Amino acid sequence: MSQPRPQDGGTGTAADSGQTWDLRLYVTGQSPNCVRAIENLRLTCEEHMPGRYRIEVVDLLENPRLAADDQILAVPTVVRRLPSPIRKIVGDLSDTERLLVGLQVRPPARTAS
Amino acid sequence: MGNTSLADLLDAPAGPGLPKAPTGIAGLDQITGGGLPRGRVSLVAGSAGAGKTLLGLEFLVAGARQYGEPGVLVSFEESAAKVALNARSLGFDIDALQRDGLLVVLSFQVEPSEVITTGAFDFEPLFLLLSEAVRRIGAKRVVLDTIEVLFGAFGDDATVRAELTRLARWLEDQGVTVIVTGERGEKGLTRRGIEEYVTDCVILLDHRVRDEISTRRLRVVKYRGSAHGTNEYPFLISAQGLIVLPITSITLDYAASEERISTGVDRLDHMLGGGLLRGSTALVTGTAGTGKTSLGAHLVNSACGRGEPALWVLFEESPAQVLRNMRSIGLDLKKWVDAGLLRIWAARPSAFGLETHLAILYQLIEEVSPSVAVLDGVAGLAHGSATLESASMMARQLDLLKARGITTLVTSLGHEDEAATMTVSSLVDNWLLLRNIETNGERNRLLFVLKSRGTAHSNQVREFVLTDHGVELVEVYVSAAGMLVGSARLAQEAAERVADVQEADDRDRRLRELRGKIAEQEAHIVASQDQLAAKRAEIDRIDLRERRQAAVAKADRSTMATRRWADPVPSNGGQS
Repeated sequence: MSQPRPQDGGTGTAADSGQTWDLRLYVTGQSPNCVRAIENLRLTCEEHMPGRYRIEVVDLLENPRLAADDQILAVPTVVRRLPSPIRKIVGDLSDTERLLVGLQVRPPARTAS
Repeated sequence: MGNTSLADLLDAPAGPGLPKAPTGIAGLDQITGGGLPRGRVSLVAGSAGAGKTLLGLEFLVAGARQYGEPGVLVSFEESAAKVALNARSLGFDIDALQRDGLLVVLSFQVEPSEVITTGAFDFEPLFLLLSEAVRRIGAKRVVLDTIEVLFGAFGDDATVRAELTRLARWLEDQGVTVIVTGERGEKGLTRRGIEEYVTDCVILLDHRVRDEISTRRLRVVKYRGSAHGTNEYPFLISAQGLIVLPITSITLDYAASEERISTGVDRLDHMLGGGLLRGSTALVTGTAGTGKTSLGAHLVNSACGRGEPALWVLFEESPAQVLRNMRSIGLDLKKWVDAGLLRIWAARPSAFGLETHLAILYQLIEEVSPSVAVLDGVAGLAHGSATLESASMMARQLDLLKARGITTLVTSLGHEDEAATMTVSSLVDNWLLLRNIETNGERNRLLFVLKSRGTAHSNQVREFVLTDHGVELVEVYVSAAGMLVGSARLAQEAAERVADVQEADDRDRRLRELRGKIAEQEAHIVASQDQLAAKRAEIDRIDLRERRQAAVAKADRSTMATRRWADPVPSNGGQS
């Protein structure tokens, strides 16, 4: 279910340094939280970093052991694999502000990058 | 519980049809009457390093190895590799158990710093993993260690709480016996109030450090539907895992033996009416250098001499030192050590907490099964902690020994008026007091029997002499000037010997005198009798003379008559 869609975009945020986001979203089937999370994540990415993100959705129902291997305790969880360091964003991603902070798409002003 | 003994507890029905899952930790299973509630969630709470994880591990390993119940360990704190390493240090081969399909270790390391929460979530992956593991190995036991880590990590404690409750109910539905570990909290039992929704069984592990000495205790706070010991039980983390001591110090149901065993000192046996009653406890108190250890050595020596195993616990000296010292008074205890009859254990009081000492004692008793035990220098134990605590610990130690019918001698540095000694002395059956007295520029040892239950004991004081062939008790001279001991006693003995000779001389002289007087008197008597005889002879002589004269006179008359031709007279006499 991966959707690589690299694309250049130029908004005034820190995200415009040619960086791409490698994201993995862990879900368990079609639970309401998970369905919402997939939707929220795509919307947010499309809006703030169009073309510069890749989302891989992993359904733990198909392979529960991945949860142990990847240390996923709660769903839905987005793992930001790139840019490093690895970050985990847990929840249905309904809080877009927090999601962006987690993705470091809109870093706090003090961080210059 | 009143005076309910542990035995009563164990016999008591553990709630109607309440099945239990043994933990494999003997003492704990005893306290809980068989283990944790089967198919329910138990909480093990304690501060960091209290032994929560270890208890969980033992529960799983025992289940896998002994009870045919595979298990799953979910660690939220340590990596699987670290869990295996920790387990190995306690002799549990987690890897082998996993290969054999008896154990699954799941580890989640939750780093709050790398987690951001945005909206609703659940712990479905945990459910998935657990149900997969439970199904795969047929797990009957699950340990969640420590779920408290989950709080705070997700920023939404209400959801965490709800999810954990759901997890607990789900596991119970699977018929799995669960241990959840939790961090000890400031206010409640746990920091996050886990005890509020784990309601069946709560075990509290306590790890206190006082005066730089750590002590571990375990308490069953709650056990729904089952009788359980409510005391704080000391426990020890040993190389074999947890050792919980199911000790109550209030049971007074020992068998009372009439048999007496020798203390190894003949005259002391005599003072005690034939020796110590088997299974009784004796306290020997005295100041430094009064010979307490030597008395203990005698008891141990005499037990081994009878072929009975003995345990000698030293709190002040090393075994080598004590063996050497005892050799100097003629006791060869090394041969008993070599023969496997005598076990000497030495540990500084400050090395462990009181509970640990107790746990070690328990372990030693299990290993040695001694008939006689000597605890040498227990006063040292009191130095490390409060008096009440050490007294209660002493009570437990004595109880432990007494319950097994082990004749025990406890030596303690102290005086009879010390509070600690007073408390202990009420627990013992015999109390011997050794005291140094200083007279004439020297110190000598005295022994008193202050108390001896069940014995018409001597009220005499004896002088306690250490010779090159062991301890000897000697009569003490009590004179108008006070007690005479040591040189004074020897001087007195010499003086008495001189007096004896003089007295003998006097007697002889007097006898001689009397005999002389008797001889004199007898001579008098002989002389008087002679005189008497002489006087009687005189009387006889006088009589005879008179008769002769009368006869002569008659004859004369007859002759004259004849001559005058007078009438004839009868010729019956006097004619010569």
